[in-house]
Amino acid sequence: MSDLIHKILLPLLYTVIIMLFFQLQAIIFVWLERKVSGRIQDRLGPTRVGGKFGWLQTIADGVKLLLKEDLIPRDADRAMFRVSPYIVLCGAFAAFLVIPFAFQWAAQSMNVAVFFMLAVMSVEVFGVIMAGYASGSKWALFGGMREAAQVVSYEVPMAMNIVPAVMASGTMNLNDAAQMQAGWFWNWMCFHDPFTFFAAIMYLVCATASVKRAPFDLAEAESELVAGFHTEYSGFRWLIFFMAEYASMLAVAWIATLMFWGGWNGPLPVAQWLTKAGITLGTWDGPSFIPNVGGRILGLLNFIAKGYTLIVVMMWVRWTLPRIRIDQVMKTCLKYLLPITCFLLLGAAAWPLFVRTRQGGQIGGFVAAGLLLLIVGKAIVSTPKSAAQGRREIVYK
Amino acid sequence: MIQTLINSWPNALFYMMALVTVACAIAVVVTQNIVRAAVWLLFTLTGTAGLFFLLGADFVGATQLLIYVGGTMILVIFGVMLTARGPFVQMKTASGEWTLAAIVGLTLFGLVSGTLISTDWSRTKKSEAAVKAGEGITEANSPTTMQLGLEFLGVPPQNPKISRDPAGIGYLLPFEIVSVHLLVVLIGAAYLARAKRRKATTS
Repeated sequence: MSDLIHKILLPLLYTVIIMLFFQLQAIIFVWLERKVSGRIQDRLGPTRVGGKFGWLQTIADGVKLLLKEDLIPRDADRAMFRVSPYIVLCGAFAAFLVIPFAFQWAAQSMNVAVFFMLAVMSVEVFGVIMAGYASGSKWALFGGMREAAQVVSYEVPMAMNIVPAVMASGTMNLNDAAQMQAGWFWNWMCFHDPFTFFAAIMYLVCATASVKRAPFDLAEAESELVAGFHTEYSGFRWLIFFMAEYASMLAVAWIATLMFWGGWNGPLPVAQWLTKAGITLGTWDGPSFIPNVGGRILGLLNFIAKGYTLIVVMMWVRWTLPRIRIDQVMKTCLKYLLPITCFLLLGAAAWPLFVRTRQGGQIGGFVAAGLLLLIVGKAIVSTPKSAAQGRREIVYK
Repeated sequence: MIQTLINSWPNALFYMMALVTVACAIAVVVTQNIVRAAVWLLFTLTGTAGLFFLLGADFVGATQLLIYVGGTMILVIFGVMLTARGPFVQMKTASGEWTLAAIVGLTLFGLVSGTLISTDWSRTKKSEAAVKAGEGITEANSPTTMQLGLEFLGVPPQNPKISRDPAGIGYLLPFEIVSVHLLVVLIGAAYLARAKRRKATTS
């Protein structure tokens, strides 16, 4: 009987919980995106549906999308047109299976969890290309190709920016990596050394680009290009693309949270204080499921809050910065992000060799390396050659 | 009854996955549309990754996804899209191509099945038992691929039954030659791409 529970019922339960969460987060995000963009543009956002804050707006949107006619163009490759949204969805969903939501609360604990997440999320691109091709329209095809070029190139610096954190923590297991950062916030991996700090920021930039968010969303650009690869999609299939996009946003934000920003550990060691004061929420490192439930739920709330904070940062960037051109998108990746990432990688590898002591030497090294990074970054960004190239591109030769 | 069902559940999953993988592989060959063939190939490679995951080889599975599905398939699609003239091009295979492909495929199949049959599978059980009993893995009870892996790393082969050249350096030299070959291909590809761009700027 316990076999029945462990081999069939528990996996089913985990999958159902994650699937429900996967769909609910999209509802929250669409509402949040509207509210955040409203605030940034000095307006109110949705206010009508469901009271003052318009919190039922997404439900109304969802109903609208479900009732829309499901169009398939006459020239489309029908089977592929139907399948491609599900490929994107599967890629995004599989990434959620290995995320530990709190200490050991993962559907599938895996030793190479970070690597697995990056791998399954790279499958999403294929659905995008398929959708662009199967639509039978040149518009969608070009959108898909641009999108593919962008996402494939940005995956390289994105994965390489995780490596400093993996080197610093010595594990690719997300659960262990996050548990290592317990305690005060300076135990977080982003404050481990200056290279991981810059890698954390660079990772966020690359992740924004690889999930096709503004300012890197030229391939989609709703206002000018009518959404690129999914131009021909409507109704439920379009909804699936969007759900997957929001889910992969959350997945990359959670990779950042787990590897760089302390995982489910809060900035203050609250759990330790409570234990000292005699209030036990349960210990953090117990092997069993039930006794630690209080501490883990605190961790879960922390984890969700951090993920959503990073998402709000992404939205903030989207509604603040202008969109960059497609050649600038590629140039940013290949000429700036990739060299900087390689430099950070080398620095993170060299760091433990030069700075051994925990206290004084570390702070000195931190400042020195930070200054060095700033100088190198300034030198890279403001070379006269690149400025001249930029001008020439603006006048279209 | 229920107990046996549960115990056979992983096996059933494995066979389902294997069946899907094989069916997709057949579809790659049978289908006439070149992009659809690429899509079936994607499903085949993903199915292979799924088999790795079911066998508990997470790293190999993720690598399979990242390298084959994420990398090669993108390359295939780009190639297909840049060569296809119109939308949804149908391919027609000549009978000569069929025979050639059949010969190559059957040869490979013969090679793989021959290796499968000639492998001493009892070694796997021996090494499992050794690990369970807490003994170290030795030459006698090492898993079937361990010797091969060591020989790729240049460890002189010690089992005369496996290798005919007991004093040699294993397979290090052929392994290195293959990797240098890959490097040559990479440089060649980069050179071709560069030459094209230079022409475009001078004209």
